[in-house]
Amino acid sequence: MTAALEIDGLTVGYGGAPVLRDVRLDVPHGRIVALVGANGAGKTTLLRTASGLVPAARGTVRLDGDDLAGVSVEDRSRRGLAHVPEGRGVVVELTVEENLRLGALWRSPAERRAAIADAYELFEPLARRRTSPGHQLSGGERQMLALARALVAAPGVLLLDEPSLGLAPRVVAQIMAVLRRLCDATGLTVLLAEQNVASALSVADHGVVLGLGEVVASRPAAELLHDTTLRHAYLGF
Amino acid sequence: MSTPAAPPARRVLPGLTGARRTLLLAALVTPAVLVAVLFLDPFRSYQVALVAVYLCATAGLTLVVGLAGQVSLGHAALMAAGGYGYALTANALTEAGLEGAARVVPSVLAGALVAGALGLLLGLAGARLHGPYLAGLTLALVLALPALATTWSTVLRGDQGIQVAFDGVPEPLQGFVALEQWQAWVAVVVAAVVVTGLALLRDGRLGLRIRAVRDDAVAARLAGIPARRVMVATFTASAVGAGLGGAVLCYVTQSVAPGGYGLALSLLLLVAVVLGGLGSLRGAMVGAVLLVLVPWLAGLAADALPVPADLAQRLDGNLAVLLFGVLLVVVMVAAPGGVVGALQSRSRSRHSSRPSRAPSTPAPDPADDPAAVGPAAAEPDPAEPPAEPTYADTER
Amino acid sequence: MDRLVFLLGTGLARGAVLALFALSLVLVWRAARVVNFAQGAMAVTATYVAFVVTGLTGSFVMGLVAALVAGAALGWAVERGLMRRIAGRSPLAGVIVAVGLVMILQSALGILVGGRTLPVEAPFDETPISVGGVPLLSPYDLFVLVAALVVMAGLGLLFTRTPLGLQMRAAAFAPEVSRILGVRVSRLLTLGWALSSAVAALAAVLLVPTELGLTPHATDMLFVLGFTVAVVGGLDSPVGALVGGVGVGVLISLVTGYLGASVAPLAVLVLLVVVLLVRPQGLLAVGEARRA
Repeated sequence: MTAALEIDGLTVGYGGAPVLRDVRLDVPHGRIVALVGANGAGKTTLLRTASGLVPAARGTVRLDGDDLAGVSVEDRSRRGLAHVPEGRGVVVELTVEENLRLGALWRSPAERRAAIADAYELFEPLARRRTSPGHQLSGGERQMLALARALVAAPGVLLLDEPSLGLAPRVVAQIMAVLRRLCDATGLTVLLAEQNVASALSVADHGVVLGLGEVVASRPAAELLHDTTLRHAYLGF
Repeated sequence: MSTPAAPPARRVLPGLTGARRTLLLAALVTPAVLVAVLFLDPFRSYQVALVAVYLCATAGLTLVVGLAGQVSLGHAALMAAGGYGYALTANALTEAGLEGAARVVPSVLAGALVAGALGLLLGLAGARLHGPYLAGLTLALVLALPALATTWSTVLRGDQGIQVAFDGVPEPLQGFVALEQWQAWVAVVVAAVVVTGLALLRDGRLGLRIRAVRDDAVAARLAGIPARRVMVATFTASAVGAGLGGAVLCYVTQSVAPGGYGLALSLLLLVAVVLGGLGSLRGAMVGAVLLVLVPWLAGLAADALPVPADLAQRLDGNLAVLLFGVLLVVVMVAAPGGVVGALQSRSRSRHSSRPSRAPSTPAPDPADDPAAVGPAAAEPDPAEPPAEPTYADTER
Repeated sequence: MDRLVFLLGTGLARGAVLALFALSLVLVWRAARVVNFAQGAMAVTATYVAFVVTGLTGSFVMGLVAALVAGAALGWAVERGLMRRIAGRSPLAGVIVAVGLVMILQSALGILVGGRTLPVEAPFDETPISVGGVPLLSPYDLFVLVAALVVMAGLGLLFTRTPLGLQMRAAAFAPEVSRILGVRVSRLLTLGWALSSAVAALAAVLLVPTELGLTPHATDMLFVLGFTVAVVGGLDSPVGALVGGVGVGVLISLVTGYLGASVAPLAVLVLLVVVLLVRPQGLLAVGEARRA
């Protein structure tokens, strides 16, 4: 059975040393795969290559079995590959409502309205800030908005880049919980890049450790988290 | 930033460096040119004079645009300031009964002064401004010039401009040098002074500072470089050059009027420096030559073409501008280093197997590197190659 | 006093045209972060098209529509054919290329049409209507005002109420994020240029009947004025363009009326200098958009 997202032999680099080297990684349907590794390991580049912002020198990215080579960033998004980038990418000049609408522009108006209503239900703080411009939101609210905006498009696969960055642990836990709920309830597939290893692995099904652009370990998340030798070897704690 | 071990460009006088080299070059080349002029007919001599006049302006402009990264659409107005300064002073001196060198020399200096003052003001305004703002300001200036001449018409005589008494070849040379040749001599000498002066500035501390500010204004300021003052100094220096050019032009034509110094001339000056190579004084020379050559050739071509008379009249002047416009766009898109840049990169790739890289540091070789400046300066961050061309900011 | 009222009235109408042109500069600035120095030349080219069409059909409206189409097409072509190729280079490159475009357009027009000034008739009466014995606005001025207001309102609605407008704003504010969300940023960039150029063409067509006539240089001053307005109001601010346009229009009208037409360019220069020195980001701009 094909995975929702299949990455094979991915090599990315711009002259000089490659940033990613022969990366192989599958994200099965309805699962959360945590992509962990130190700063500079290539997590962000991997996500950006998957969504098409960065060209790959070699290798393939497949979405539900379809090779995404030659498919533009915009089209990948419309095919159901959502990406919440590092730094969230909330359009600060637009309001919360406008950001959400932006996420679902090519759904029918009815679907869009329903999706946005669901988003407000899922993320209460956003509902209270409907007409606030993005720059007035706190970090946690922005993360929720970025996530909600990706979700209103009803994506099949969600690429999440460092959602916990700059957020209080309580907020991080909230967001991770929401993710888990969504995956279990709707079969959403998530590739989660995180430096906060503990929180990522605690919510994920599988963990992939990236080191200097290469996959160093690929294990069930629980194993990575609880096996102390593995942890020491690959995660440094 | 370390200077790469670039293969040396072919140099004239490789033994010397810096100021002495510049001065020696000037001292050798200028008399050679003067002698060459003696062999030219009057029309050619006039063309040489015109090239020299334009060179006074393009030399300064290429530094402003290429080194300092600012666009000035108003250098024609600076030339005009020089012209008017010359004319007003010359007429005043005429009333005082002076003539000859006693009249010409102070008038030329006065022209330089007026232009310099205007350049200083513009520089002060422009130092705070980035990109399009200074361009817009200088555009407004050049379009306001005719209005100024009309409004202050008692002094500036409006559209007809000011006439100046004729100063011909000085007595001792009269049998020997024709009028146009003499005028060319004056123009060439002034141009030589301007170019040499600017070369010395550029190679000296000011040049380094200009480059530092252009490359990274914040870093430069942290390093203690007074960015604003650097910009002002550059602009003023270029204005003095342009003013000298305008003054000499007035000397040669015995008149100055707003019509000759409009937007069209400003645009042509800009074209000249881009085609020649931004930031390069040699490029400024190439540009000045092109400014005289292309319209002349275009005129010949238009005359030679079997077209009806009214089309020929419409081609007159417009064809040259059209050619310049096309050249400008083509050069900016395909070869932003201009003529000099293209030649240099070809010689560089011939001399080394390494692909030519445009250094953005101050090259130790005063044979400056126009390909590094201005348009090529903002390279996309190699870590984030854009998949599609956008030129707004990337993600906020 | 009568004179003042009249000048204010004309200033208002001129200001509306200026505001439109300044708005077109704001549009292209927002979409592409460049000041399109060729905006005036592109607009005058479209105006020539209008002239030809009006001459052929006898209808001002047909000419106007033709100008809008020509302006849009020109904007589309310039972005696709030219600006795209220097994308990512310094803003200097954009200005210089635009200058080259100005030279090409104006000289080409000169070659095709010649230097004579083509007389352009206004479609409505240009004599001012008197209200209570005081000459106010001419029917043409009123038409200009209404047209400008309608277009500005339309643009406002487009950007704030429609999905397309939302996409355009997002693409301008955050192009990369927008692409990730599936917005076809590149197409919208072209659309932005086309829209901006069409608006500028409209401004030029409305302006020319009130000027001496149509020449390839008829919009030089309009560009400088529009640029001044955009600077005064803030390049990023449509509201600023509106208010600034009316303000500068009235100012120029007053200067022309009391001091003479030849002083007007000087007044513009002085205004520009003052604003650029005192508050370069514009009197009404909100300042640089904050980052996420």
